[in-house]
Amino acid sequence: MELIFQPWPWCISGFLIACIMLVLLLMGKKFGMSSNLRTFCAACGAGKASSFFQFDWKSDKWNLLVVIGAMLGGFVASHYLSNGEIPAISEATKVSLAHINIASENGYLPKELFSISALSDIKTILILIVGGLLIGFGARYAGGCTSGHAISGLSNLQLPSLIAVIGFFIGGLFMIHVLFPLIF
Amino acid sequence: MKQVIYILIGFFFGIVMYKSEAASWFRIYEMFQFQSFHMYGIIGTALAFGIVFVQVIKHYKIKSIDGNPIVILPKEKSFSRYMIGGIIFGLGWALAGACPGPIFVLVGAGFLPVVIVLASATVGTFLYGIIKDKLPH
Repeated sequence: MELIFQPWPWCISGFLIACIMLVLLLMGKKFGMSSNLRTFCAACGAGKASSFFQFDWKSDKWNLLVVIGAMLGGFVASHYLSNGEIPAISEATKVSLAHINIASENGYLPKELFSISALSDIKTILILIVGGLLIGFGARYAGGCTSGHAISGLSNLQLPSLIAVIGFFIGGLFMIHVLFPLIF
Repeated sequence: MKQVIYILIGFFFGIVMYKSEAASWFRIYEMFQFQSFHMYGIIGTALAFGIVFVQVIKHYKIKSIDGNPIVILPKEKSFSRYMIGGIIFGLGWALAGACPGPIFVLVGAGFLPVVIVLASATVGTFLYGIIKDKLPH
């Protein structure tokens, strides 16, 4: 039982993620999280604005159920399966964080960005909004996100997914190494 | 009944994302700094087993529970959409420190500011749908 409350090792977690993909394939579905955002747009009537949202979104209802489950899982894991430890990041990362004024003795997420009090700073709100816009726009442009490309697509040895994942890292590295020192 | 299974799959996914710390901003930051093996270990292990699972499905022509063959449709051939879209996604992934799966998990975990990320990601998806025909694909 104690093992469950501690952070899970990467090898167990990685194996379990592959199992989730396998179960979805066996159910005749596929593992992809960002397509839910398109489904959600379509369900809200975005089809009036663009043909991109004119599809039978009801056939993707199963994935919205996966999302509801993921939210419940996040609730249960954070409230009942954790001992409140902060992620054991490396010493080098703690030094890097000090340079951008983010405390390493923090929570599961940095309080500087993800606490209610941080929202009183307009800059925090802008970071969250711009981050979200880029995620939503980029995921659909690339036709998938981490789950659809890095896990599902690469598991199927698809070249498009490899290109997308290389793109993910070019964007991520540019953000952390070039833009973060300017933003924070 | 099937609906319950989908919720359970998501529920399990949410727990794995949270407990593996793949949903933590700190782990994403650390990954892009190349300062820990943790995230690479998670993705690498998932991929190693994922490749084996997909190959086994293909080799033995395993059918889904509906009795239909499991087909993974190949993505359309292109370079620009995957590269440009991928870079845009990567910028957001690093800035918000979460990709779509963990965003849902973190909202469930009660981090209210992540609701802003989720809402703007939905708006970003909508914007793509509006201007997609003007973009190189």
